[in-house]
Amino acid sequence: MRERISIIFASKIAVIGLAIVIFWVFVAVFAPFLTPFTPLEQDWKAPNQGPSTKHILGTDELGRDLWSRLIHGARLVLVILPLPGNLWIPGGTAIWGVFAALIVGMALGLVSGYYGGWLDEIVMRLLDAMMAVPIILLYLIIMAALGTSAVNVVIAITIVGTPGIARLVRSLTLDIRTREYIRAAETRGENPWYIMFVEILPNARGPIIVDAMLRVGYAIFAMGTLGFLGLGLPPPSPDWGSMVAKGREFILAGSPWAALWPSLAIASLVIGLNLLADGLREESMRYQ
Amino acid sequence: MDVAEEIAGITVLDVENLTIAYETRKGAVEAARDISFTVREGETIGLVGESGCGKSTVAFGIVNFLGPNGKIVEGNIRFQEEELVGRSEGELKRLRGDKITMVYQDPMQALNPSVRLGQQLTETLTFHQHITKNDAWERSIQMLKRVNMSDPEDVMYRYPHQISGGQQQRVVIAMAMLNNPSLLIMDEPTTALDVTIEAAVLDLIEELKHDFKAANIFITHNLGVVARVSDQLCVMYAGQIVERGSVTDIFRNPHHPYTMGLLDSIPRLGMSKAESVLHPIRGRVPPPNERPMNECIFAPRCDYATDECRKALPAFVEISPEHVSRCIYAREIESQSRTAKKHHIVKKCEPTRPGSPEGELLSFEDLKIYYPKESQSVVSLLGLGEKKFVKAVDDVSVRLSKGKTLGVVGESGCGKSTLVKGIIGLEPITSGDMEFLGIDIDRSISERDTGLIKEMQMVFQNPDSTLNPSYSIGKQISRPIRRFNTVPNDQVKGEVIRLLKAVRLDEIYYDRLPRQLSGGEKQRVGIARALASRPNLIICDEPVSALDVSVQAAVINLLLEIQEIYGSSMIFIAHDLSVVRFFSDDIAVMYLGQIVEIGPAEAIYSPPYHPYTEALLSAVPIPDPDVEKKQIRLGGNLPSALNPPSGCRFHTRCPRRKRMLPDNSQICEKEVPPWRSTKHGHRIFCHIPLEKLKAVEPIVHSSE
Repeated sequence: MRERISIIFASKIAVIGLAIVIFWVFVAVFAPFLTPFTPLEQDWKAPNQGPSTKHILGTDELGRDLWSRLIHGARLVLVILPLPGNLWIPGGTAIWGVFAALIVGMALGLVSGYYGGWLDEIVMRLLDAMMAVPIILLYLIIMAALGTSAVNVVIAITIVGTPGIARLVRSLTLDIRTREYIRAAETRGENPWYIMFVEILPNARGPIIVDAMLRVGYAIFAMGTLGFLGLGLPPPSPDWGSMVAKGREFILAGSPWAALWPSLAIASLVIGLNLLADGLREESMRYQ
Repeated sequence: MDVAEEIAGITVLDVENLTIAYETRKGAVEAARDISFTVREGETIGLVGESGCGKSTVAFGIVNFLGPNGKIVEGNIRFQEEELVGRSEGELKRLRGDKITMVYQDPMQALNPSVRLGQQLTETLTFHQHITKNDAWERSIQMLKRVNMSDPEDVMYRYPHQISGGQQQRVVIAMAMLNNPSLLIMDEPTTALDVTIEAAVLDLIEELKHDFKAANIFITHNLGVVARVSDQLCVMYAGQIVERGSVTDIFRNPHHPYTMGLLDSIPRLGMSKAESVLHPIRGRVPPPNERPMNECIFAPRCDYATDECRKALPAFVEISPEHVSRCIYAREIESQSRTAKKHHIVKKCEPTRPGSPEGELLSFEDLKIYYPKESQSVVSLLGLGEKKFVKAVDDVSVRLSKGKTLGVVGESGCGKSTLVKGIIGLEPITSGDMEFLGIDIDRSISERDTGLIKEMQMVFQNPDSTLNPSYSIGKQISRPIRRFNTVPNDQVKGEVIRLLKAVRLDEIYYDRLPRQLSGGEKQRVGIARALASRPNLIICDEPVSALDVSVQAAVINLLLEIQEIYGSSMIFIAHDLSVVRFFSDDIAVMYLGQIVEIGPAEAIYSPPYHPYTEALLSAVPIPDPDVEKKQIRLGGNLPSALNPPSGCRFHTRCPRRKRMLPDNSQICEKEVPPWRSTKHGHRIFCHIPLEKLKAVEPIVHSSE
């Protein structure tokens, strides 16, 4: 564990990425304490304002505080997943989506890579077919079919993310299953599930972790896109994508703030995750 | 230049006090220290030592291929009287491939897979010399002929993957010789090759040595190979040269404890466990960052070491003008008796008597393992057309008695690994009967009873992949104990520690991760894991071939000891014929999926031989420059197991049949040979009558 932490700090870009990510996680976790306003509180007297001492990032067209909406938006992405009926569970929408995609993708990839043969052919061709559909189209189809809600966003992220993860895990499995410790396990007559999940999977974790970080970035991106198109979290939740969509109308009217901040938020978080993942990958490869 | 030097030839390369360090996270690490040697025209100097001894570092240092983090800290490299240290990359580039060339271990990595061989060969000429493409083409063909390549015109148009490994190495050598280099550096050029091919490549290297005036540096870990090709020898240990001298001097009168230890730790061809023991060198090569600076580097592993050794780095002691040793006791140790020095004498094994009463453990009759060959054509996808099979194991019958060891030898692709997989149940057998402990086992492992599975365990080849890198040693050994309920759950840890002790590892290894262990230690853990279920049969798939020689001996001794204590039977697969002979009671020689000769070990290693066995034996490089061996070389390539030759499968490469059989030996091409039995169950699968096979000269004269 200590070694893994030292890997992060050995790479400059990983440290920068980590700082950005930590910043967003921090503001997301402590959002209610970092602003006097709630994200839904409207101030009719002060719509479309620029940054001021009262509203540090300004307000949107309904006079809602942008800083508050921004950090509560980060909360939706990274920290809480709203469920139907005013419930929520910890772990943001993007995180849950990637997590679910990891579970499904790992299972498919392991089975496919370990057994090979017909099973592999069928699974892989199905996933290929899914990957052949343009991602944005796939999101639109899924969201249009399921309706807009946070849980449905998670489902969409899962469906879209699974093929890529399955492919990655499959290729790692193909390599690892030729190692002699796998043959040793087979010689002991271990059952295939034990071999896949206990012997193979832990040795594939490095690339999977790096890939998962990148995928959280993609998922945030996707959430932004869906929100922008009006298929993300239902209003009035402080979804970054829908904030951009609404704010877009007022850019030429002289108040670009409502569109600018969430765009920057998406970009910085995605870049942060990418830097962290790249730095980790580079360093862990140099270690070998 | 003085007279003596003139006679011996001009000095081509003079390396003086060379120290090379690599920059790492933990600071600068010296990989080679204070290296000095000279190479003269037409002379071959061997750099020999175990892995991590800095052999390759020295070679790469000469051509400055050290990578971004390596650099020459100190010393001079003079090539043809010119200093190379500090030269610019551009100047060195002109030298490399022209005046200085290299041959690497893996020919597949030295050749560009996407460029035709002809183009790669001519490129080396046109890059360094002003000659036309046509001339370069002609000269390349000449050179291919020179390295005994059959059909060189055709080879020029091929891609690297279209020729065999041995041929690839010939092309690489041809490429290195094209510019008539003054210095040729060969870095383990035969290590990746099979023994018969290795022998042919070594023949070629020897031949070229006489024809070209190049000075050669030959790097290898194999003492047998170095004894064959070198004139001078530098024995390297942990980044230093510990002994330097002529090959004959060093092999006859080694004067450094490390050299002596190396020579004592390898089995000679023909040695057996019944009549001799191997002496491993204890401990391991220290990693570069843990090497003492101001004391004898070998002292921690040395049986002669005294406090005197730990006071300062010993200087070279001159034994004769051309023979030096970095040991303060160099002159004295030789006089001490070689056997007396070992305080931990390893017990010799009692010779096991043939046909011991305990009976049979494993037998298989007419075992066949075929793989269907997957074809991409539409016809075969539809299930039409003739199905093709790779006949990996074809009609193999073997019996193994309890407590005995069966050695299986053969070159890569002969089916020995498939055979083992079949026995374990990881590969479905096509037909044949297999019995283990009287139980029918011709089914896959998932259908076998746990009680049966635990009786058969394996030890694997590659120490780096034999253990799962994610789990601690203790966990990995306890897994089979838990799975087979060898001991009650609360005693598992105790059992693991007992097993660790049995393989000579300390209790502290329990919580270590595999990457904290050396190769030999990992292999011991692999053995402990195999022992954990207390199996009747241990299958060892090349258990020592990836280990350094000094460690190899310790693992072999350990396996012998375990066999004695637990009475387990073993199947021992290896390509090293000396090791197999040393270890096994019975030996089966395989060729292209079939056993061609089987019988007691001593019978296999003396006439009558199967012609293939004879060729294998004669190809083994022997670590003794004085041994004269007859040279029997196999022509051609290993035929494909998809479509094996008719009649006797060996007939396409058999060196004996034409001279020993009438009618141009057509019978070999047409008819499957008979089994010819001699005594003690020794059988040979050959058309040539036994009397004629008996008449051939023995390859190994049993020592003393």
